[in-house]
Order: sequence, then C-alpha cells, then structure tokens
Amino acid sequence: MKKKILALLLFLLLPIAAFAESSVVSSTDLINNASALDGQTVVYTGEVIGDIMQRGDHTWLNLSDGSNAIGIWAATDQLGSIAIPGRYDQVGDTVQVTGIFHRACRDHGGDMDIHAVQLQLIQQGHTITHPLSSVRLILAVVTAVIGAGIVIRLQRKQRKL
Amino acid sequence: MMPARNRSGHWRAVLYYIGTVILCLGAMMYLPMIVSMLYGEWSVAVNFLISGNLTLIFGGSLLLLFRHSRLQRLGWGESMTVTASAWFIGMIVCAFPYWLNGNYLSFLDCCFDVMSGFTTTGFSLIQDMDHLSNGVNTWRHMLTFVGGQGMVVLVLTVLTKASSGIYRMYVGEGKDERLLPNVVHTSRSIWMISLVYLGLGTISLWFAGISLGMAPDRAFLHGWWIFMSAWSTGGFGPMSQNVLYYHSELYELITVLFFILGSFNFALHYAVFTGNRRELVKNVESVSFTVTITLLTLITTLGLMRLNVYPDVVAMFRKGFYQLISGHTTTGFMTIYARQFYNEWGDIALFAIVIAMLIGGSACSTAGGFKGLRMGIIFSAFKRDVRRMAQPEGQISVQRYHHIHDVVLDDGTVRSAMLIVIAYIVTFTIGTLACMLCGYPFAMSVFESASATGNVGLSIGLMSSASPAVLKIIFLLIMWLARLEFMSVLALSAYIAKKVMRS
Repeated sequence: MKKKILALLLFLLLPIAAFAESSVVSSTDLINNASALDGQTVVYTGEVIGDIMQRGDHTWLNLSDGSNAIGIWAATDQLGSIAIPGRYDQVGDTVQVTGIFHRACRDHGGDMDIHAVQLQLIQQGHTITHPLSSVRLILAVVTAVIGAGIVIRLQRKQRKL
Repeated sequence: MMPARNRSGHWRAVLYYIGTVILCLGAMMYLPMIVSMLYGEWSVAVNFLISGNLTLIFGGSLLLLFRHSRLQRLGWGESMTVTASAWFIGMIVCAFPYWLNGNYLSFLDCCFDVMSGFTTTGFSLIQDMDHLSNGVNTWRHMLTFVGGQGMVVLVLTVLTKASSGIYRMYVGEGKDERLLPNVVHTSRSIWMISLVYLGLGTISLWFAGISLGMAPDRAFLHGWWIFMSAWSTGGFGPMSQNVLYYHSELYELITVLFFILGSFNFALHYAVFTGNRRELVKNVESVSFTVTITLLTLITTLGLMRLNVYPDVVAMFRKGFYQLISGHTTTGFMTIYARQFYNEWGDIALFAIVIAMLIGGSACSTAGGFKGLRMGIIFSAFKRDVRRMAQPEGQISVQRYHHIHDVVLDDGTVRSAMLIVIAYIVTFTIGTLACMLCGYPFAMSVFESASATGNVGLSIGLMSSASPAVLKIIFLLIMWLARLEFMSVLALSAYIAKKVMRS
C-alpha cells in the first residue's frame, strides 16, 4: 500500500518538478526580455483570440494577456475543451500554457512563439451582448428620413440643371 | 451656364466640391453597416447608419446650397484647397463612426486613425483590436483602400464630366499621371485596375486563409481586409499582431506580392495591361526600386547577421526582408512585435529600414515616401552634371530617363523633384525633433518619424494611445502633408491666411 501511495505521489509531483524552474511571464516580459528567456520553459496565461487554426496534427492559438498576443504552437490533442476564441461578441477561453519560449523560432520562420508542453483551461469563454440603444435607433430613423429627403431634392435639382 | 472666373464665387465652388467628396464618403458608410447586419452586430450597424445619414445630410446640404457654382472655373490654388480641405473635413466625418462605436479613448485618436487610414500610413490607436466588430474592421480597411486610390479620384469616378479645375484637384492629391487624355477616364481606369486586383487578391487570400485553418467566412473577411490594406500599402490588419497573427509563409508571400504591385505607378500598371510589358523593366521607377531594395537588403542582412538576430536564412528572409520591403513599399505590415526593432535589430538594420521608408514607392501609386521617380530624376541629374564636367566646354549633352516614354531631363523637373525631397526631409526632421522633445530616445524618434513622413506605419513602439496629444497632432499633420505631397496643404494655408487678412 505504501509503495502505491509513493508511486501515486511521484506521478502527481513529477510534472510539477519538471516545470519547477519555469517562470510565470507576461507578453511584455517575453518581448522585452526575449534573449534572456529564449529556449526556457515559461508559464503564460491569456485569452484565446480570433481563430483556432488547426494545421494537421498541430494547432496555432494566439493568446492575449491584454497587452500583446503571443502565438502558441500546440499538439491538437492537447487542446481538450479549448474551443471559444475571443471576438466582438464573445470573450475567449482563458488558457494557461506551459511551454518552451522561442525568441525567433527555427521551425516557424523566426516567429516569436511558445511551443506548448501543457495547456490548461483556466476559465471558459462566453458570449457577450451589446445592447441596442433606443435613442440611437430613433436618431437613425430621423436622420434617414432627413437624408432621404435631401438626396431626393438633390436628384430633382440635378435633373433640372 | 458658362464657366466664369468670378472671384467672389470661388469659395462656393470650393464648398460644392467638398460637399461632393463628403457625400461619397457618407455613401461608403453603408457598406460596413451591411457587414454588421450580416453578423448580427446591430448596435454597430445603427452607429454606421447614423454616421452615414449625418454625412449625407452634411454633404447633400453643401451640394444643394452651392450647386450653381459647380461650373465656376477654379485656379490651381482653389483646386488644391478643395483637395486639402476635403481630406481634412473627410477625416472628421469619417471619425464619427469610430467615436460612436466607442473604440477609442478620445475623438483625437479617432481622427488620427482615420488620417492614418486615408494616408495609407497604418498607425493605429484603436483599443482592444482583437475584439473589434466586423463592421468597424471593414470601415478601417475601406478607409485605407479609398485613401490609397485617392478621395478625389473616387469622386471623379462618379462624375459624368470633368469641369475645369478637376485635373488640378487630382494633381493636388499627389497624382499627376494621365493614363488617358481625360482625367475622369483616368480615375475610372485607376479604380478599374484596383478592383480587378481586389477580386484576385481577396480570392487568393481567402483560399490561403482556409488552408491555414480559418472558417470560410472568417477567411473571406480577413482576405478582403488584408488585400485592401496590402494593395493600398496601408498596413492595417484586423488583429493586434498584424500579419504575424497568421503564422504563415503563404500569407506573407501573397501580401508581399500585392503590396509590391500596389506600390507601382498606375501608369505602369496601365502600360502592362495594354500590352507594353517591356515598360516593367525599362521604367525609371522599376530600375530605381530594384537598385534601392537590393542595396538595402544587403545592408539589412549585414546588420541582422552581425547580431545573430535570426537563426537561419529562412527566418532572415521572413523577418528581415519582409519588414524591409514592407517599409520600402510604405505598407507597414509587420511580422514582428514593434519593440523587437528596438530591442533586437541593431542600428545598421534600422538605418536601412529608415532609408527605405523615406524613399518609399512609386509616384501616382498608393505608396508614400519621396518616391522612386524623384530618386531616378535626381540620380539622372547627378549623372548629367558629372558627365558635363568631363566634357569639352561648349558641348551639349542631353540626359534622358524612361518613364512610360523617353523624357528629356530639364532643370525644372530636377528642381521640382529636389524641392519635394527637401520638403520631406524637413518634415522628417521636425517629426524627429518633436518625438525627442516629448522624451523619446533618438533611434525611436528617427524610426517613427520616418514612418509617419513616408506614410509607412511600421512602428518601433513609440506611437500609442498613451502618447502626448501634441505629438499625435504633429504626426496627424505630417501624415496629411506627406500624403498630399505638401502643395495642397500649403495652398490651403495660403487660402485661409488670405481670407483672414482680407477680413
């Protein structure tokens, strides 16, 4: 029984030990200290934005922490339930990535990116509504009527000239 | 009604033509409204509807009030005043949708972005770009597309006939080539060329986007927007990472192709379209561009290699050459982060890119900078003067350069080319000084000022929504002056000064 508990503990703690030296970074840290962090394991958290672009068995994600977005190259099967990208009408999934940072990635034509070792969904994305202002709607109708009147009048005058 | 030179009626004619431009800009606002409606962005659609209506009311009222002055003959000064004023008033009305949609911290930032779009510069002060509506993104890219061809060119396309002064307005917009004898037909040809490429470019980027893993509708929108930006050498992108967002060499290659084409003279496109393919290799601008891009590529590569910035040739090409050619064509697309220029590139590569941004693309194109044609003319004049020194006294030599046809180089042409180049350098110097007075380092100031003066949009990270308002205003004026190649804005200043003195 003791051996089993020890094995279980080792199994749970090994990944933590592997990333023990990884540093938690922001996009600004990555861009401003790119040379120092090049090739190191980093932990970066951000919102998935735009598109989740699958390329064969790997996928590109762009994670924004509010200052900049960083490209994440991950095996597609690592994505799990990450599926909602941030756009106008939705807040994207917040994801924490642990991976190797490249200042100028040799595999990707010199892109600054992170090759993911582990992806973790921190918070699921959700849709957002942008309420329609009734005042603006009325303004739109009123200005449309006036605008149409001017255009019609203009056309009549142009025909006479 | 006969055209007349009635001095008191000139300002009415000026307002009539400004009204025509405003009316066209108002009509443009309904396209992003439709895009917003298709994507269920109702609040954005209503904002575009209000903006479009108000702009139509404003422009239409000017036309109604001053329609009797439309045949008034306008001189050079008044025609150029129309162009410069139309660009400035157009900036204010086109900022209205941005302001209503709440994408900016201030109305000044809205105006800055519109001017940046119109002048195909590509600096952006927009907030939270990664969550922009499709309607606002369409509007941003439309502004840069229309600005690239020219607002006056847009208006000329819808006019049935040209009155006197129209050609002068066209020249005031920094274009003086006549593809066809009639300036209205020339404008239509410019739009025809652009629309043919719009179709080709959007389709190729659409398919590329799908192959990159984007949904078909998203790939289409991105393809359409990026093409408009590439062709007009604008540099706007729908995402904050700009072209880096796509992580794709295919996308980069297609954009390079279209922004190089966009930086070529419309007269050159027309010559090639009408079967004169040899023009592509003989034209002074093609030669000038080939020479400068080759030299500057060598310098950039040397600078990047000295610092081991990129690990291999592929990375060097995709990063070094891409930013350089993007700067040289005054596009401003980026596949690196702005701060990487400052942190990693080193002085030699930055020097090359600053020179590239100042030279820019071709005359009568969508590009900025002091243009390859002027470089060619000045170089030819230099060659002529050196040759004269070696000749016996009294011997006459004629220097020619080839631009659509062989042109004899005269002193007037050289002087006007030199004047414009000097004006660009003075503007660049003022911009650099303004940045340094605001507390920015010399290298950053030089880079950002060259980018604004050349209407490029590559950024080293200096210009942002947090920059001082005075610097934003100076950059806005620089972009406006440089895009219209100074003369129109100077004519407007003289016109206003004259009115003030008289009153």
